[in-house]
Amino acid sequence: MLTTRAEMLLEIADDELILGWRDSEWTGIAPFLEEDVAFSSIAQNEIGHARALYELAARDLGTTADGLAFDRAPDEYRCARLVELRLPSWEHTIARHHLYEEADAIRLERLKASDDPELAGLAAKIDREEVYHRLHAQMWFDRLAGEPRFTAALDELRPLAAAILDREERDGHSPELAELWEEMTIVRRSQPAGTTW
Amino acid sequence: MIWEVFRQERKGQAFQHAGSIEAPDERFAEWYAREQYGRRGESEALWVVARESILHVDDFVDELNRNYHRVDGYPLKEKLKEARERAGTTAPRDR
Amino acid sequence: METREREFLEYVQSGGQVETDDWMPDEYRARLRKFIEMHGNSELMGVLPEREWILRAPTLQRKLALTAKVQDEVGHAQLIYRVVEDLGKPREECLEDLISGKAKFHNVFHYPTKTWGDVGVIAWLVDAAAIISQKALLKCSYAPYARIMKKICWEESFHILHGRDVILTLMNGTDDQRGLVQEAVTRWWGPLMQFHGNPIPADEDPMVVWRIKSQGNDEARQQFLDGYVPQIWELGLTVPDPALRKDEETGRWHYTEPDWDELMHVVTGHGPKTEERLDLRRKARENSAWVRRVLLAEAA
Repeated sequence: MLTTRAEMLLEIADDELILGWRDSEWTGIAPFLEEDVAFSSIAQNEIGHARALYELAARDLGTTADGLAFDRAPDEYRCARLVELRLPSWEHTIARHHLYEEADAIRLERLKASDDPELAGLAAKIDREEVYHRLHAQMWFDRLAGEPRFTAALDELRPLAAAILDREERDGHSPELAELWEEMTIVRRSQPAGTTW
Repeated sequence: MIWEVFRQERKGQAFQHAGSIEAPDERFAEWYAREQYGRRGESEALWVVARESILHVDDFVDELNRNYHRVDGYPLKEKLKEARERAGTTAPRDR
Repeated sequence: METREREFLEYVQSGGQVETDDWMPDEYRARLRKFIEMHGNSELMGVLPEREWILRAPTLQRKLALTAKVQDEVGHAQLIYRVVEDLGKPREECLEDLISGKAKFHNVFHYPTKTWGDVGVIAWLVDAAAIISQKALLKCSYAPYARIMKKICWEESFHILHGRDVILTLMNGTDDQRGLVQEAVTRWWGPLMQFHGNPIPADEDPMVVWRIKSQGNDEARQQFLDGYVPQIWELGLTVPDPALRKDEETGRWHYTEPDWDELMHVVTGHGPKTEERLDLRRKARENSAWVRRVLLAEAA
């Protein structure tokens, strides 16, 4: 049985994990080299945040962070559709980055105010790293704000951003999550559960 | 635009030239310098400067051999040897 | 050779350092730029075989380590292309030449990665071969390149650790996992033996003559074998060369002569994955051209 804390942790952790996985797809093929390096750090931070959140949830649930990240079935993940989408265009990626950071900032503020000291502490740590993500998103937003393809991408993705803050809006997954999960777990599933990699 | 990056490895040390990055403005330059020269926590601090702001100076003229500014302008060894001989003393390490 | 050129040659051969705005013989500049450009291309193309596995890494730790490794390689490409640019060839031109097939990159990046075993073997053995070459550049006569090599070698040391960790974990795991490693070692041995290039004597190698690199091809290969064959054998793995052995008297390794025709064929753009990878680069560049336009527009 999932507790409210574990549920909440999984929701955020799954968002960060899947978003981080998507963002990491740009490593090596971003628009230019300096941005490639910078954006890869953001992706790694997101995975790092997911890991820290999973570790906390794993203690509540009697499992491991890797177990939570990889060994659930696709429909057991609690991420929002926004992060599941494969967005191989830079304007969509930056639009998502901007919308997600905006919503996540609010989410983290709520968590920092939590009565649960572990949760509040972890949220504060994550938030200190997210400051840089928000700066990066803002920097790109300011540069691309005048580009029609960027504003179109923002309009397209904005409806999906509501689910970041509102659990009611998380109404299932896109087929892209299952595809991602297949790829993500293909090596891990090739050996029995509990194999060390 | 090209920006030169100077790194301070530890507090108290001099900032040393570490390399250069390409960025359209100061905000991007800061981000990219941070990442290229600090993502492993290898730098205490960075100075990021537009290449065009750097004044490169390397043409130093000394036509008249100003040796009073250099160690070789002060040939003490011979003079000290002479002075000791006159006083009948030896160098401290020979005693 | 002209007097000025001869003086320059003596200068670099006795350890003299050259900076960007110093006078250089045309031959030195041309060879230097081509060599460094190929290095940049190799770092950039080296990203592609490993990228796929970032998405398939079987633990969070491996995912992070592998992403960081590939990120480092992109960072190295950035450092290297900046050096080439300061020598007179803009980055965009280098990328154009790479994508059109005009410019070359190292053989190993033309081959497929088929399993997680490849991920381990690349970080363990391919990177090891590369580090040997890179260490021979730390004293490059062209100072800006020598300086970035220091950072590059430092970052590569983490990659080797990661590779070793992946391999040892697999070797201590299931039979299947050990099988992955052996299969990858067997498949990568040919390209690894070709990596350091055909046996030009060091004193006939212009790169060594001009002190761009401090080690000839054969010496680099011997160093690789000396360092890594014992590591391979001590894990119970085999290498697909029955002639491979160390002559204890001379200290030199004997081996079946690598296939130099294959090397030439591959680096001139006919490797199994060459076309596909260049195509990926081309498409990525085309799709993001607008981003570079927008960013440069206000910068001028």
